[in-house]
Amino acid sequence: MLRNAFSAASRPLVSQTRSYATNISEGFSSVAQRPSTKYGGVYKVTLIPGDGIGAEITDSVKEIFDHVNAPIEWEQYDVSGMSSSGEALFKQAMDSLKRNRVGLKGILFTPISQSGHISWNVAMRQQLDIYASVVLCKSLPGFPTRHSNVDFAIIRENTEGEYSGLEHQSYPGVVENLKVSTRAKAERISRFAFDFALKNGRKKVTCVHKANIMKLGDGLFLNTFRRVAEEYKSSGIEFNDMIVDNTAMQLVARPGQFDVMVMPNLYGAIVSNIGAALVGGPGIVPGCNVGREYALFEPGCRHVASDIMGTNRANPAAMILSATMMLRHLGLDPIANNIATATFDVINSGKVRTADMGGSATTSEFTSAVINKLA
Amino acid sequence: MFKSRSLAGIAQGALGRSHAIRKYASAAPTAAFAGKKGSNGKYTVTLIPGDGIGPEISQSIKDIYVAAEVPIQWEEVSVTPVLKAGKTVIPDNAIQSVKRNTVALKGPLATPIGKGHVSLNLTLRRTFNLFANVRPCVSIQGFKTPYDNVNTVLIRENTEGEYSGIEHEALDGVVQSIKLITWDASERVARYAFHYAQSSGRKRVTAVHKANIMKMSDGMFLSACREVSKEFPDVKYDEDLLDRVCLQVVTNPKPYSDRVMVMPNLYGDILSDMCAGLIGGLGLTPSGNIGRDASIFEAVHGSAPDIAGKGLANPTALLLSSLMMLRHMNLYEHADKIEKAALGTIAEGLTITGDLGGNASTQEYTAAIIKRLAQA
Repeated sequence: MLRNAFSAASRPLVSQTRSYATNISEGFSSVAQRPSTKYGGVYKVTLIPGDGIGAEITDSVKEIFDHVNAPIEWEQYDVSGMSSSGEALFKQAMDSLKRNRVGLKGILFTPISQSGHISWNVAMRQQLDIYASVVLCKSLPGFPTRHSNVDFAIIRENTEGEYSGLEHQSYPGVVENLKVSTRAKAERISRFAFDFALKNGRKKVTCVHKANIMKLGDGLFLNTFRRVAEEYKSSGIEFNDMIVDNTAMQLVARPGQFDVMVMPNLYGAIVSNIGAALVGGPGIVPGCNVGREYALFEPGCRHVASDIMGTNRANPAAMILSATMMLRHLGLDPIANNIATATFDVINSGKVRTADMGGSATTSEFTSAVINKLA
Repeated sequence: MFKSRSLAGIAQGALGRSHAIRKYASAAPTAAFAGKKGSNGKYTVTLIPGDGIGPEISQSIKDIYVAAEVPIQWEEVSVTPVLKAGKTVIPDNAIQSVKRNTVALKGPLATPIGKGHVSLNLTLRRTFNLFANVRPCVSIQGFKTPYDNVNTVLIRENTEGEYSGIEHEALDGVVQSIKLITWDASERVARYAFHYAQSSGRKRVTAVHKANIMKMSDGMFLSACREVSKEFPDVKYDEDLLDRVCLQVVTNPKPYSDRVMVMPNLYGDILSDMCAGLIGGLGLTPSGNIGRDASIFEAVHGSAPDIAGKGLANPTALLLSSLMMLRHMNLYEHADKIEKAALGTIAEGLTITGDLGGNASTQEYTAAIIKRLAQA
């Protein structure tokens, strides 16, 4: 209830600040209903820097937050997925998230080998039931790529599908992997997509699927989407659907046709990476995972980037922007806008850029540049 | 307990099969062409013109092949389903023809919606064990897209995976779809990928997977690829996550020109169309289905009923597919000659079809290619 009050207050800001790439948090208020933990005007937030470049880019966020005196108290857990021995700490981090209900995280490494632990990233999303992943791909002013006018949001089902983790070997050399699709989850993610479109003034929702082949599984997703779409007809939001292979082709050829896209889990992984590539890479694409109880903010394009780990070359923009989404989620819009504006200004002016954007600035130089631009 | 047991099982499976690998290794690589020339000195190839624009673009190929003196004679068949014992099936003579010739070229087919028709593509795939789908995408000079220097080759497992078709509704509103990965199919497609890399001069095979999440199924696909890679010491082998490949190819496709990518069915389906999008769509991309009993090369675009019969269609995709077929049949010289003439015509930009931004008819475009062939 309290959260709704915040959202009502922050909603008028939507129209003024619509141009920021992170301005998508307004849509979450209706789903994350429990208030976050707040003591004496300070919000407790769980911080999981993650593996690879996680520590560097979350340091950048901490530095910026210190500078603006953001009323955030971090509860930091340096969980690492590099070995399975971190499981105890991982559980503590989960407990912290359950207490605080809001978190900021980098990406945890997942081993490929069969003896390794399961993906803790996925485990978190499933255990907290943060079912909707939101990734916003938007062309940044001042940073031209091959495509201009890209502006779409990816709403990805986060808790089932191919990521169910149910696999077995029925006979030596024959493995079956279960993709689970349920009507209930298809319905809530479809609803989330339409609510998101409504709250953010978007015009069209596209359902991405492979129902021509997976007639039952993706068929259920598509049919549920269509049924939900009927309920939103009076709102004037258009809807259509597209087969996932065609979507991939259309994205790289004519990305301007997409607005809000909703899809099952695996297709989301593919589409968000294509989307990030269209606008300039994973270093600038923010994201978050939200459910009814919890909200966890992380870069939209989930890469560990161990190759440049510890070299002070990572682009912290995606993490900074994800953190501003978190601030908006907490109702701290003025601080969020201040930081987001400064970040976009730095990118737009083009002087201080990290290697992934064609510059030579370090992570710390980028962070200082953002701090210098803060109002 | 469970984990260690299933692991041992996989390892055993892998071990058990590795003997089989060695047994086959001395034989010809999977699905190499073994056709013989007829008494007239020509190979017979089945031609399935297809629906819509299919007959027009097939005619264009036939004209070009005559001009280029390709030693091929066509055996034209229709695969329009017929009723047999109450079921719609592909006519027997079509099946027999492909079986006999082991090579076919196929135009686009219109998919009849509903009516309980079997999917023709699926039937062909099953009948001839078409286990690998090969999709090269090369930037076409003269047709500008936001991407230059695209030169990717993607090989997709074509028989199982997410497209196994095994699905059931456990209870109302809960569906399980089974992704089926077998060692045999994985190994078969991996071997073809290495074979393709060798014969096309590419030095590396990259297996694309999501084994961090699907540890057993994609994990076994990777194990099979690794096993096969040992037989090809001159070809480098590496593995990359699906997410990373999507990101990297769309960011900058150029580094992928040195390798062949191999992957399970669904990933291949999506990535092959994504790569096609980079160079301008399905109208410019060839495709080949390699099988144990036959190989079918086809244009993967639609049958375009709206422009059928008007002489406006672009035959490039079918022509490029037919060139893949020639290379499959070891007719490299003819393939190179025709490719040069076709790509030269497009690059010149004077006689190109409407979809490429020109205003030539199918016939004019064909004639321009033939003229270039004569000059060569």
